[in-house]
Amino acid sequence: MKRGEQSMVPEPEFQSYYGRPILKEPTWKTPDVPIYLWIGGIAGGSSLLAEGAALSGRPGLERVTRLTAATGAAIGTVALVHDLGRPERFLNMLRVFKPTSPLSVGSYILAPFSTLAGAAAASNVTGVAPRLGRLAGAGAAVFGPPLATYTAALFSNTAIPVWHEAHRELPFVFGSSAAAAAGGTAMMLAPAAESGPAVRMAGVGAVAELGIGRVMEQRLGMLAEPYEKGLAGKLTKLSRALTVTGLGLSALGQRRPWLRRVAGASYSAGSLALRFAVFEAGKESARDPKYVVVPQRERIRAREEEARRQGSGTVCV
Amino acid sequence: MQDLQNADCILIEGSNMAEAHPVGFQWVMEAKRRGATVIHVDPRFTRTSAVSDLHVPIRAGSDIAFLGGLVNHVLSNDLDFREYVVAYTNAANVIDADYQGPDDLDGLFSGFDPETGQYDPISWRYEPPEEMNEEERQRDRELREEADAAATGDDAKRSHQAARSESHGSGGAPVNWKGLRDETLQHPRCVFQILKRHFARYTPEMVEQACGIRPEQLRQVAEALTTNSGRERTTAFAYAVGWTHHSTGAQMIRTASILQLLLGNIGRPGGGILALRGHASIQGSTDIPTLFNILPGYLPMPLADHHQSLDEWVRADEGKAGFWGNIRSYAVSLLKSYWGDAATPENDFCFDYLPRLTGDHSTYSTVKGQIEGRVKGYFLVGENPAVGSANGKMQRLGMANLDWLVVRDLQMIESADFWKNGPEIETGELVTEEIGTEVFFLPAANHVEKAGSFTQTQRMLQWRDQAVQPPGDCQSELEFYVDLGNRIREKLAGSTDEMDRPLLDLAWDYPVDEHGEPDAEAVLREINGTGPDGAPLSSYTELKADGSTSCGCWIYCGVFADGVNQARRRKPHWEQDQVASEWGWVWPANRRILYNRASAAPDGTPWSERKRYVWWDAGQGRWTGSDVPDFVVDRAPDHVPEDGAKGPDAIGGQDPFVMQTDGKGWLFAPVGVADGPLPAHYEPPESPVHNPVYAQQNNPGRKQLSTPSNPINPSFSEVFPYVFTTYRLTEHHTTGAMSRTLPYLTELQPEPFCEVSPRLAAERGLEHGQWVTIVTARTAIEARVLVTERLRSLRLGEQWVEQVGLPYHWGVNGISKGDSPNDLVNVTMDPNVSIQDKVGTCDIRPGRRPRGADLTAYVDDYRRRAGVDLDHPTDGGTDT
Amino acid sequence: MSRLSEFLSPESLWGRLDDPSENAGYEEHPPRKGFFTDTSVCIGCKACEVACKEWNQVPDDGYLLTGMSYDNTQQLGASTWRHVAFIEQPVGAPSTGAPPTDLGMPGSKPPGWEREVTLGEDLVDGDPQGAASGDSGVRWLMSSDVCKHCTHAACLDVCPTGSLFRTEFGTVVVQEDICNGCGYCVPACPYGVIDQRKPDGRAFKCTLCYDRLKEGQTPACAQACPTESIQFGDLDELRERADARVEQLHDQGVDVARLYGADPDDGVGGDGAFFLLLDEPEVYGLPPDPVVTTRDLGSMWRHVGAGALALAGLGAASFLGRRR
Ligand SMILES: Nc1nc2c(c(=O)[nH]1)N[C@H]1C(S)=C(S)[C@@H](COP(=O)(O)OP(=O)(O)OC[C@H]3O[C@@H](n4cnc5c(=O)[nH]c(N)nc54)[C@H](O)[C@@H]3O)O[C@H]1N2
Ligand SMILES: Nc1nc2c(c(=O)[nH]1)N[C@H]1C(S)=C(S)[C@@H](COP(=O)(O)OP(=O)(O)OC[C@H]3O[C@@H](n4cnc5c(=O)[nH]c(N)nc54)[C@H](O)[C@@H]3O)O[C@H]1N2
Ligand code: SF4
Ligand code: SF4
Ligand code: SF4
Ligand code: SF4
Ligand code: SF4
Ligand SMILES: [Mo]
Repeated sequence: MKRGEQSMVPEPEFQSYYGRPILKEPTWKTPDVPIYLWIGGIAGGSSLLAEGAALSGRPGLERVTRLTAATGAAIGTVALVHDLGRPERFLNMLRVFKPTSPLSVGSYILAPFSTLAGAAAASNVTGVAPRLGRLAGAGAAVFGPPLATYTAALFSNTAIPVWHEAHRELPFVFGSSAAAAAGGTAMMLAPAAESGPAVRMAGVGAVAELGIGRVMEQRLGMLAEPYEKGLAGKLTKLSRALTVTGLGLSALGQRRPWLRRVAGASYSAGSLALRFAVFEAGKESARDPKYVVVPQRERIRAREEEARRQGSGTVCV
Repeated sequence: MQDLQNADCILIEGSNMAEAHPVGFQWVMEAKRRGATVIHVDPRFTRTSAVSDLHVPIRAGSDIAFLGGLVNHVLSNDLDFREYVVAYTNAANVIDADYQGPDDLDGLFSGFDPETGQYDPISWRYEPPEEMNEEERQRDRELREEADAAATGDDAKRSHQAARSESHGSGGAPVNWKGLRDETLQHPRCVFQILKRHFARYTPEMVEQACGIRPEQLRQVAEALTTNSGRERTTAFAYAVGWTHHSTGAQMIRTASILQLLLGNIGRPGGGILALRGHASIQGSTDIPTLFNILPGYLPMPLADHHQSLDEWVRADEGKAGFWGNIRSYAVSLLKSYWGDAATPENDFCFDYLPRLTGDHSTYSTVKGQIEGRVKGYFLVGENPAVGSANGKMQRLGMANLDWLVVRDLQMIESADFWKNGPEIETGELVTEEIGTEVFFLPAANHVEKAGSFTQTQRMLQWRDQAVQPPGDCQSELEFYVDLGNRIREKLAGSTDEMDRPLLDLAWDYPVDEHGEPDAEAVLREINGTGPDGAPLSSYTELKADGSTSCGCWIYCGVFADGVNQARRRKPHWEQDQVASEWGWVWPANRRILYNRASAAPDGTPWSERKRYVWWDAGQGRWTGSDVPDFVVDRAPDHVPEDGAKGPDAIGGQDPFVMQTDGKGWLFAPVGVADGPLPAHYEPPESPVHNPVYAQQNNPGRKQLSTPSNPINPSFSEVFPYVFTTYRLTEHHTTGAMSRTLPYLTELQPEPFCEVSPRLAAERGLEHGQWVTIVTARTAIEARVLVTERLRSLRLGEQWVEQVGLPYHWGVNGISKGDSPNDLVNVTMDPNVSIQDKVGTCDIRPGRRPRGADLTAYVDDYRRRAGVDLDHPTDGGTDT
Repeated sequence: MSRLSEFLSPESLWGRLDDPSENAGYEEHPPRKGFFTDTSVCIGCKACEVACKEWNQVPDDGYLLTGMSYDNTQQLGASTWRHVAFIEQPVGAPSTGAPPTDLGMPGSKPPGWEREVTLGEDLVDGDPQGAASGDSGVRWLMSSDVCKHCTHAACLDVCPTGSLFRTEFGTVVVQEDICNGCGYCVPACPYGVIDQRKPDGRAFKCTLCYDRLKEGQTPACAQACPTESIQFGDLDELRERADARVEQLHDQGVDVARLYGADPDDGVGGDGAFFLLLDEPEVYGLPPDPVVTTRDLGSMWRHVGAGALALAGLGAASFLGRRR
């Protein structure tokens, strides 16, 4: 089999049907879906910043983050609807509520979040019904974090090896990435004087994103390969570089507001690249039967070993 | 077909049964489930091989050598079923002292005339009985006169030839007497001893030389066959066009028959030789023939010189032993069904209205006639010869030289628009504006748009009701011909010309429905036949020679028994016994296994409990069993016919082959086979191999068609070093008109391809999946190539033989288009049935073929290098 | 079609579940129906593919000569609900004495080529899809694949619209008029069965001929199969039949025969459509050990929840400390 690049580990022996994929590649569209994930993270994180800003009296930060949350929700909704083959049937999502379907659950997060974030932003901008606006903002802050992390379940709850097997880490990767992106966006747009929390949120998020990412790769073993190779690999590297750059610039930018804004942009872009990387890695792991066969074979082998150790007959394949 | 499930061993050779007969193949799988051994002998490893126990790769065209090797194995190890052989075959018959075989004559049999390429079979005949009765003496005299005439006068010779190979019906050729028999099989001239000598050459080493089959594999097959034959066990054979499509095709099947007779596998459950017939009703189209040389029920077509009267026509067969001896009743009833009241004893039942045969009018001869301008008009009905017939170019050149051409089809087939889409237009060999043929394309109703019966491979008629009305102008064949006939009759009405009487007197009175469609059941009724009271007959034994009965096809008599369309019966097999005799109707007499009296021992008891089928019930004094006995039902096993008995009365109690005039299975064919009384291996007309068995390279009796558009590759040519053979895929149907036009089928095999072995691919630099060009002296075509281990490289002693496999379904119309493999195939025919050879030699090269005029130049170059002379296009030179 | 109880009972997510119809809320329902596809008698005629398309009016799937033996359909998909796989494997030493040639089949060497199939002589003893042949042999495996109608069907579980539902026969069916083309079912299926069809992106797959089942008829593919390779019936009975068949083949020396998807304790709770195979599942393009994704659903939601809390915590924490 010819593959583009050399891998570190020797090619595992496995059989397949003419090298054809076993799984279907996700049919979700790019850039719609990665953008949706990214923007959902920004919106969710922003709703937290907005609420904190409101509580701590940072009106500039509040204005920016409220608007970001609302715009993000709107763009996210559009991206999601656009991704559907039949957008006119978006409402079919709301026909049922299915906890087994993160997309269904997500719809029940996205819909209230959009409404609340929109209302909060509108109130903030127009000054109309400030109390209700605040209440809506608080509500948005409740839906915000799950909006940022449920997308991990959206990916994990599939048969795609690099997503499913990462189901423990992905929510944290996405959550921290959302923090970095939301913080970064606020760093970019908010008055410098009020952006301290954003800087902190982005910084912690960025560090966590990098760290948990490492943990995830460790845990995935050979399934980390798709994250490191090919297009996904490039995106992963880009994402890391951007995030690290963000961290660096942010540290340097303590006195220089424009550097801080660049750092914010870098965080945010790093988060975006990460979403693309995860998405592409998923597609690659679906395309190459190796990522289906080898781990499953390994699983069978382990099970058989276990059975042997327990002296209990053979295990059916 | 269902009976295959009773076999203990099934040898499929010359057919790719699973792919071409998938539905019938269920019975092979059933047999396998019950423990039968399945063997597939085929040049390629196919889907049939995949589910067989043993696949034996064979060089295409060498089957007689392989089967001959098996016969030799049986004979030299005394593994035949002796009791069966002695009693039921002609093993004991002594053959004329003048007979000589290919061992004596360098590959020829006695009686060969090198000038005409034909045999006179007189020396193959049974030794006359020591004492001839008057009638026998008379026949003997006639035979000799005929032979003498043949040796002199030209005209007489022509019809003599026809008399031999083209005009005897299901009774086979009549023999003159039962002949002298030596049941100890010791007489040096008895068939058994001749057989032993003849096949002694077909040693395992010889088989390897000819077929590329190792002795080990031959032994494996031989053991499977012999251990699965005898009293307790039976072996069945199945073949199709992998055997028939050869210049030695009929003899391949003969070899199998010899083997099966020796093993005692004919007429018994799980035995027999199953011809897997092709098109849905191709069996029906020989029973009620679309062939030039027979009439319904295999009555011979009268010959121009020999048959001036009804008496002369039936005389050769009339009164012979067996049911065939009643030929006059069948013939008269047929004439009555054609001409009704107009047919009277006084006018010989209108015998003179029948056309007479003047020579070979088989399809390829007709095409040659077109090219030469002798044939002016042509009907193509449900046939696409521009793709389906060998040497497509000849077909198209012929059609381009007609005055008119009528095509009735479901699709705009290649044969209907060759004048604008044919490959010759591309090369410039034909120019649309210069083609004078007036083409009429008439849309036909398909099988669900009309009612009628199909007769399939096991002689079973199944009725099909009409599901929908045909769209637009589409007409059924029935409506079209009745309409056409009636219009002509209207035009001729009032004519006093004698010539018009046959048409005007036709007894056509079919009821017509509101759409103008004649009632197909009325036609079936007419075919079934009626008695004097107009009521349907129930058996051909009721037919009379006095004109009181009418019957359109004597073997179908009974299909409308009791006024019920028996072909419409659809009782599922799980609701009846294993023979399932209430599904459809099988000719003759709804009998599922022919010659089934042979399923019992000479004394009438079953050979074994396990294989019991039809037996003599002494208590009741009748034959009984699960099938309709193929015998005179109350004829006791020990019955010896009186001297001079005729027809069925002459059948002895131990003569199961009731259609043969001597009641025996023919190991040796004393008459009736054009190219020899015994099979002999000859090479295909194009071959890279020197005939290892005889000095004679090709079948001396093969029919050749010398015309510049049919050049033959010289054998052993370095220029054309590979063998190619053609075949079908499950996914397509024949010329593709009914499959390449349908998305669901086309997507399954979307492009023309060929198959080669890895060794050949390496030799010629062919890459899997890429385009290749395949060249013969006729033309070159292109296809994609599958390089696969399923194609085996064969080793014949020192020589390697490589075979190119070519599915033949493609043509230039349809969703999936491509070059047609038949453009590569030469026309050389089997002398018995005028069928083409499906194999030839070729070269194969990587890359697509040249386009337009460059193609002609490319092929010209090949011809030049191979020394093919278009002005003398025959394969002369390889016969030594 | 979804109800909270379904989510709450753990056996509806994974593990053994003897009556998926009941689990889906059918009180009275016919016995669970399914397929036993015995590939050892498949002759690769593709009648099943064609019959399925005819009956269900599935459009053609493109015209491409793939070079993958006689398989030009390649895989199951939105417009191929039955797919017949063709696997050519060399057996024993090649007759030419030459080293094995890479046939250049796309993607990889022909399956099995990497590894010598050690069947050799015992092929004669009855490997159902490999006749001994010449000095060496070749084996041609054929197998008709279809949607597995999983006991735990990931496609159904992840479908946000309820377009995919469990029928009273225990099968899994898409409702064309409800599907919104979200595509979630596509990556969820561990067998890569279901797919979306252009242009509108709705998802399609085998319905196990729901319409025919309701009329008491056999599915079109099984009806068309000439060799009874596809056997349709009550799942319980089919499983018994399959066990007997494997035993029979083992007795005949066909040690390679094994069932796939028949075990109700496997990762998807057993398939409604299961198979008898003659080689490892992956050779046929099947996953060797599929697991329904919802097995980990609880863990997923817990981690998502924890992630959300952590994010919320981080948000709050960001406002602590010095004001700047
Ligand atoms: N799907 C499908 N079914 C069909 C048809 C179809 O077109 N498509 N056509 C129908 C018709 S009209 C017919 S006549 C039948 C024909 O049915 P078959 O005769 O079974 O079909 P073929 O594929 O022509 O040839 C059979 C096999 O003969 C092999 N063969 C070629 N040359 C030789 C040889 O010299 N010796 C031996 N032993 N084998 C040889 C080929 O490799 C091939 O595998 O099928 C009928 N059924
Ligand atoms: N090289 C090579 N050549 C071969 C063979 C081979 O093995 N190798 N096989 C040979 C054999 S066995 C055969 S049978 C021939 C087949 O060759 P053909 O008979 O020439 O080919 P088909 O495609 O079967 O032609 C049948 C036509 O009938 C039309 N048709 C179908 N139903 C009806 C109907 O009810 N009425 C009318 N009027 N038309 C209808 C179809 O559309 C189709 O065009 O090919 C032969 N040629
Ligand atoms: S197409 Fe007709 S004749 Fe051929 S296998 Fe199928 S049912 Fe039989
Ligand atoms: S095989 Fe795939 S598509 Fe079929 S029921 Fe199972 S999960 Fe759904
Ligand atoms: S594509 Fe249709 S069937 Fe599939 S999950 Fe979405 S709505 Fe359900
Ligand atoms: S059950 Fe029906 S829908 Fe499913 S593959 Fe068979 S024919 Fe097609
Ligand atoms: S499963 Fe049956 S219908 Fe399908 S290819 Fe195999 S034998 Fe033919
Ligand atoms: Mo045919």
